[in-house]
Amino acid sequence: MAIKPPANRLWWNDPIHGVELGWIIIAFLWGLFMFFFMIAWHFIGEQNLSSETYRIRPEKYQEKVEAFAQQHQAKDQNGAPLEEKGVPVVRPPAGGDVYILARLWEFWPIIELKKGQSYRFHISSVDWQHGFSLQPTNINISVHPGYEHVINLTPTDTGTFGVICNEYCGIGHHTMTGRIRVVE
Amino acid sequence: MTDTKQGKDVQAAISERVPIMQRVLDNPFLLLFLGITVPAALYLIWGIMEVASVPIAE
Amino acid sequence: MTTVDVGAVGKAGIAVNYRTCRFTGLRIEANAETLIKVNAVAAVVFLALGGLMGLLVALTRWPAIQLLPAEWFYLVLTGHGANVLLFWIIFFEIAVLYFASAVLLGARLATPRIAWLAFGLMIAGALMANYAVLRGDSSVMFTSYPPMMASHWFYLALIIFAVGALLAVMVFFGTLVVAKEEKTYDGSVPLVTFGAITAGIIAVFTLASGAIILIPTWLWSIGVISQIDTLMYKVVWWGMGHSSQQINVSAHVAIWYAIGAMVLGAKPLSEKVSRTAFLTYILFLQLASAHHLLAEPGMSSSWRIVNTSYMMYLAVMGSMIHGLTVPGAIEAAQRRNGFDRGIFEWLTKAPWGNPAFSGMFMSLVLFGFVGGISGVVLGTEQLNVLMHNTLYVPGHFHGTVVAGTTLAFMAMTYLVVPLIFQRDIIWPGLARLQPFLFAIGAGGISLFMMGAGTLGVARRHWDISLTDAVHAFEYPPGAYMMMALNGIFAVLASIGGILFILIVVGSILRGPRLDGTNAKLTFPLHDASREAVSKYGSHATVKLPGTIVLVGIFFAAFVLYYFVNWKYLSDLWLFR
Repeated sequence: MAIKPPANRLWWNDPIHGVELGWIIIAFLWGLFMFFFMIAWHFIGEQNLSSETYRIRPEKYQEKVEAFAQQHQAKDQNGAPLEEKGVPVVRPPAGGDVYILARLWEFWPIIELKKGQSYRFHISSVDWQHGFSLQPTNINISVHPGYEHVINLTPTDTGTFGVICNEYCGIGHHTMTGRIRVVE
Repeated sequence: MTDTKQGKDVQAAISERVPIMQRVLDNPFLLLFLGITVPAALYLIWGIMEVASVPIAE
Repeated sequence: MTTVDVGAVGKAGIAVNYRTCRFTGLRIEANAETLIKVNAVAAVVFLALGGLMGLLVALTRWPAIQLLPAEWFYLVLTGHGANVLLFWIIFFEIAVLYFASAVLLGARLATPRIAWLAFGLMIAGALMANYAVLRGDSSVMFTSYPPMMASHWFYLALIIFAVGALLAVMVFFGTLVVAKEEKTYDGSVPLVTFGAITAGIIAVFTLASGAIILIPTWLWSIGVISQIDTLMYKVVWWGMGHSSQQINVSAHVAIWYAIGAMVLGAKPLSEKVSRTAFLTYILFLQLASAHHLLAEPGMSSSWRIVNTSYMMYLAVMGSMIHGLTVPGAIEAAQRRNGFDRGIFEWLTKAPWGNPAFSGMFMSLVLFGFVGGISGVVLGTEQLNVLMHNTLYVPGHFHGTVVAGTTLAFMAMTYLVVPLIFQRDIIWPGLARLQPFLFAIGAGGISLFMMGAGTLGVARRHWDISLTDAVHAFEYPPGAYMMMALNGIFAVLASIGGILFILIVVGSILRGPRLDGTNAKLTFPLHDASREAVSKYGSHATVKLPGTIVLVGIFFAAFVLYYFVNWKYLSDLWLFR
C-alpha cells in the first residue's frame, strides 16, 4: 500500500509494467514535441512577443509620447488638430514608431493605423503596472513603469479596437481604456 | 548481542546492494538541496540576470 | 527540561504518548495528533472565510447582480486570494505533512514546541493579514505588485505567516530524521510520505522566495527603501506565488495515493515510476513560475522557454505519469477486490457513496482535464499572449486549486475526522452528496471563467460593461452569459463548501465517538479480507484496460485543445 513502506526493500529493481513504460514514452515524446514547437514557432510563426526592452525614467517616456502625439496628430478638413473627448487622434506613418502611454486611468493617445502596415509599438507606464489588452483581437501584454517595451505589430483587420487595462491598478481600474482604429 | 550484530551485518549487506537512484530518492536532504538549487539557478538567478541586463534607453 | 528517559519523553520535554488506531493499525503519537487537529481546524476556518469572499466576488462579477460596490469588490478579492490560496491551503498542508511523517511512519513529532510556535506565528500572520485587508488600505490584490503600496501590516503579516510555515516544514523534516533514528519503519518511506517530502521541499523554495521579496517590500512600505523594481519583484514574487500552488499539486497527488490505499487497498503499480515522477516535481515544477512572466518586457525567449516548459516538460511528464498510476493502482486494486468484469466494472462499482473516494476521483479527473491541460496551454510561450491576465487565468487555477487541491483536501478530511479526531461523520446522506455538488460547481466556474477569458474579459475587474470608461468598449454577449453561468456555478460550489464545513464542524463537535471498542465507521476503509484469492496483480499479468481508455481520452483532449489554441494564435495580428 502507498501508506506503508515498499514491500520490496530494493524496489528500484522491480520491473516496470509495459503499460507504464508505454505511457512514459508517449508523455516524454509529447513533452519534447511541445518544447520544440515553441522554438519552431519563432521560425515558422508570426506571433512571437518581442523581448526588446529599455529602462527609462517615466517622465522621460511621457515626454517622448507627447512629442510623438504632437508630431503626428491627425488634422480635420479645416486643418485643425483632431481630438476625441479631449484625447488627440494620432496617425503615425506606416512602418514608423507608435508610442502608447499607460497611466491612471487611460491609454493615451488614440492611434489610427493602416491595415497591413507594420508599426513599432512602444508601451510603458508612468505610474503603476497596467495590462495592455487589445480587444476583440485578444492580445494581452503587461506594462511596467520604468520599462519601455518595443513590439512590432501589423494589424490584419480593420475596425475600432478597445484597449482595456487587465492588470489591477486601483479603484479606477475598470474605467481604464484606450482606443486603436485600423483603416484600409 | 549476537543477534543485533548479525542484524547489522544483514543491514550492511543490503545497503551495499541498494541501487544508486534508490539511495538518492531515499535521502530527503539531498533532494531538498537539489530542489532548491535547480529552480534557484534556472529560474531565480537567471531571471534576475535577465532583468538586470535590460539596457538603458537613449 | 527534564531528566526522564528520552524514550518516554520527547526532547522538548513534552510527554510522548502513542495510541494504535483500531481501523488502520497506525501508531499515532499524541502531539502529532493534536497538531494535526489544530492545523486542520484552522485550515477549515480560513476556507470558510475565503470561500465566502469568493462567493461575493462571483456574485459581483455576475453582470445582472453586481453585488458589491467597486471598493468592496477589490478589497474582498484581495482577501479571497490570501485566505484560500495561502491560509486554507498551507494550514491543511502542514496537517498533511505531520500526518505523512509522524503518523504514517509511526514516529513522534519532532520538537512539538516549535510546531506550536509555528502554528502560533501562522495564526498571527493570517489574522494580521485579514486585519490589514479589512482596514481598507491594502486592496492591492494577493500579488501586491509595486509601486502600488499596501499597508505595511499586509507585508509584515505575510512574512510572519511564511516564517511560521517554514518552521512547520522544518518540524516535518525533523520528524523524518527522528523516525529514521528511532527506526520506527523499515526500508524506504511510504510513497505518500515521499509525496509529502516533495511538497515539503517545494515549500522551502516557495517560502524562501517569499522572504527574499517580501522583506524588502515591507521595508519599502515603512520608508526604509525608496524603490522596488517592478520586474525584479515579479520574478521573485512568482517564485513564491506559483510555487506555493506546486506544493498543492505534490500534496494532493500524495493524497490521491493515500485515499486509494486507505479506501480501496491500492498499491502503487511501481514504486520506481511513481517516485521518479515526484522527482521531476522536485527538480522542475517550480520553474513554472515563469508562466506569469511570458507577457512581460525584458525576459528573453530562452529564459521563457526553458522555465515555462518545466525543463522540456519533464514535470508535465511527471503529472501525466501520476495520471496513469493513480487510476491504474485503483483499477488493479478493484480487480483484486473482485470487480474484474469488462473494462469499467472496477470504476462503476467503486465506492462512489464514500465521499473520500468520490472526492478524490473527481479531483483527479478535473485536475487533469481542466486544470492540467489549460495550465500547459496557458504556459506555452506564444499562446500566453491570448490569455495573459484575462479571466482564463483564474479559470485555469480554479481548475487546479479548487477542483483539484481543495476537493482532494476535502476528500482527505472525510478520513482525518474519523481517524484523527475519532468522531464519525454525521449526516451521511449529505456527506455523500457534498463532493458532487462541490465538484460540479468548481468545474463549472473553471470552465466558464476560461470561456470568458477566451472572449477577452479581464480578470480582477469590477465592471465588464466598462460604463464609466473614457472610451467605451462592448464585450460580446457570450462573455456576459459566461459570467452569469460562472455566478450560478459559484453558488453551487458555495453550497457544497458550506455543507462541507457544517458536516466537518458538526462531526468534530457532535459526531458519534469512535474510541469505543465496537464503534464502526459510516464510510468504511478497505477490508483486506474481501480481496479475492488473487488471479490478479502479479507483475507479469497486470492489465489495466479501463485506465488505458481513460488516459487515451485525456491525451486526445490534450492534443486537440493544444492545436486549437495555436489556430487561434495564428489568426492574431502579426508581430512583425
